[in-house]
Amino acid sequence: MMVLGIDDPWIWGAYILCILSMLSCVVYGALNWNKGGEDEEEQIKEEMEWHKKEKEMEEKELGLWDEEG
Amino acid sequence: MENTFLLTIVVLIYLLLVGYVGYIAWKRTKSADDYMVAGRKTHPFIMALSYGATFISTAAIVGFGGTAGVYGMGLLWLTVLNIIVGIFIAFVLFGKRTRKMGHNLSALTFPEFLSRRYNSKFIQYFSGAVIFLGMPLYASVVLIGMARFVETTLQIDYTIALVIMAMIVAVYVVFGGLRGVMYTDALQGTIMFVGMVILLGSIYWILGGVTAGNQALTNLINVVPAQATAKAAATGFTGWTSMPALGSPFWWTLVSTLILGVGIGVLSQPQLAVRFMTVKSNRELNRAVLIGGIFIFMMTGTAFVVGALSNVYFFDTVGKIAIQVAGGNMDKIIPTFITSAMPLWFAYLFMITLLSAAMSTLSSQFHVQGTAIGRDVYETVTGTKGKSSVLVARAGITIAVIIAVILGLILPAGIIAVGTAIWFSITAAAFLSMYAFALFWKRSTKAGVISGLVIGTLISVFWLVFEYKKSAAALGICKALTGQVVLIGTNPWPTVDSIVIALPISFLITVIVSLLTKPPEKEQLDEIFKGI
Repeated sequence: MMVLGIDDPWIWGAYILCILSMLSCVVYGALNWNKGGEDEEEQIKEEMEWHKKEKEMEEKELGLWDEEG
Repeated sequence: MENTFLLTIVVLIYLLLVGYVGYIAWKRTKSADDYMVAGRKTHPFIMALSYGATFISTAAIVGFGGTAGVYGMGLLWLTVLNIIVGIFIAFVLFGKRTRKMGHNLSALTFPEFLSRRYNSKFIQYFSGAVIFLGMPLYASVVLIGMARFVETTLQIDYTIALVIMAMIVAVYVVFGGLRGVMYTDALQGTIMFVGMVILLGSIYWILGGVTAGNQALTNLINVVPAQATAKAAATGFTGWTSMPALGSPFWWTLVSTLILGVGIGVLSQPQLAVRFMTVKSNRELNRAVLIGGIFIFMMTGTAFVVGALSNVYFFDTVGKIAIQVAGGNMDKIIPTFITSAMPLWFAYLFMITLLSAAMSTLSSQFHVQGTAIGRDVYETVTGTKGKSSVLVARAGITIAVIIAVILGLILPAGIIAVGTAIWFSITAAAFLSMYAFALFWKRSTKAGVISGLVIGTLISVFWLVFEYKKSAAALGICKALTGQVVLIGTNPWPTVDSIVIALPISFLITVIVSLLTKPPEKEQLDEIFKGI
């Protein structure tokens, strides 16, 4: 069978699967667009702490970055 | 003269754009704390594009696009894996847990994450050493990708291009603080994305539509003179729109090295794993799946389709297939196609975008190496912090840059994709089983994962030095010791990627040793898995 000008099902299969997997990502992202942010306040606080520690390590301990980019 | 004028204009426009987004970012952020808050209120579009720009390096577009010119559309399986594994599994399954667990453990680097999860300093310095020693290869192929593009577009000597690029990178790294600003990353991501859309549209437009273009590529194998593809055909090549002969060397390289090595190895990339800890919330990850999916689809899908179809374009215009036009170097297929089929302004804009993308990739690679040697190895082994670790980190980065440049000069042509794949294979063999079990298997023990880590790494390195032909031949250690290029010369072994051997063994060893050793304490696990 010829699909989109390609003979080998292993190739047109990949061609179509690329599109389908991309679309599934779109569907998943759209369905969950607002989910997972319930305890956002706390999550953000955690992440801020993390950033502060990372910055300390990079600047004071390792001297990799002189200022925040 | 006219070209120089056009190039100057394109560079100026680009710099203006960068300056403009930089200005917006600066206006919104007066202090570091503002910066963090602003980050939180950023549109998910900006967030995900900056993500994507870190994800897809110049190597992916130039190197793997060119590889598709030789291996054909079978490489699209890598796009499938990139989306399913690199985006969906990575973000939804690995990302959410890594974020939470990383915060529970207060881990700042990937080796530190693993070491605290299992309470073992050895894991940290061993992993840090693997990253520090292996990563220059990855950095060098990004550098090569940049230099090849500049060489072809501006028609200057490769060595000169490489040295200039390296000097710019060195300045960039030395002056620090130039960490990819989110907005600039997003700008690069947007330009690359639009560029790829134009590129995909153009090639199908030139070839008369999707079906017509693919059809022409399918027919091409019957049209080109047999001697043009004779060498590839002898190893299993059957055409650009058909899989290579099953089990042939060509098939093994495509499937084990390029598709599996890179497609699966992405999960245990240290610089990507750390990024999950900087994500704001699970909601961000959900949203990033949508935008990341489209972005990766467009970037890698286009690169592979264009790389493969460039054969038809070149055959129609100059009567040669892509690899011939590129002088036998597949790393030059994409740059050559863009400079010959697209308007000059497009080639210039594309070049500058690739350069700045490569710059931020390189900068973060060297950053990861500096952290690996300074924190994960030096601080962990000696227990000292401060002045001396600054010195070690900086010296480490300097050495890493120098090694990357030397590799860029001595590595053979057409190395970008394979070089990337080798690095991905090493990280997968070393870290993937430990990382996956750290997140998902509470019964895994310190002894178990250390066995998996050490054995996986050793097998992977052994395989690359003694059996995998591309690397073994280049290194020459096996030849010097045994007189043979590889230990087992019979096919398919010299073309079987180390990931196929080392990863399953490492998984198995981790499971067996874990089950034979005492399970971890419950209280400890409760602390680590809090909120998961």
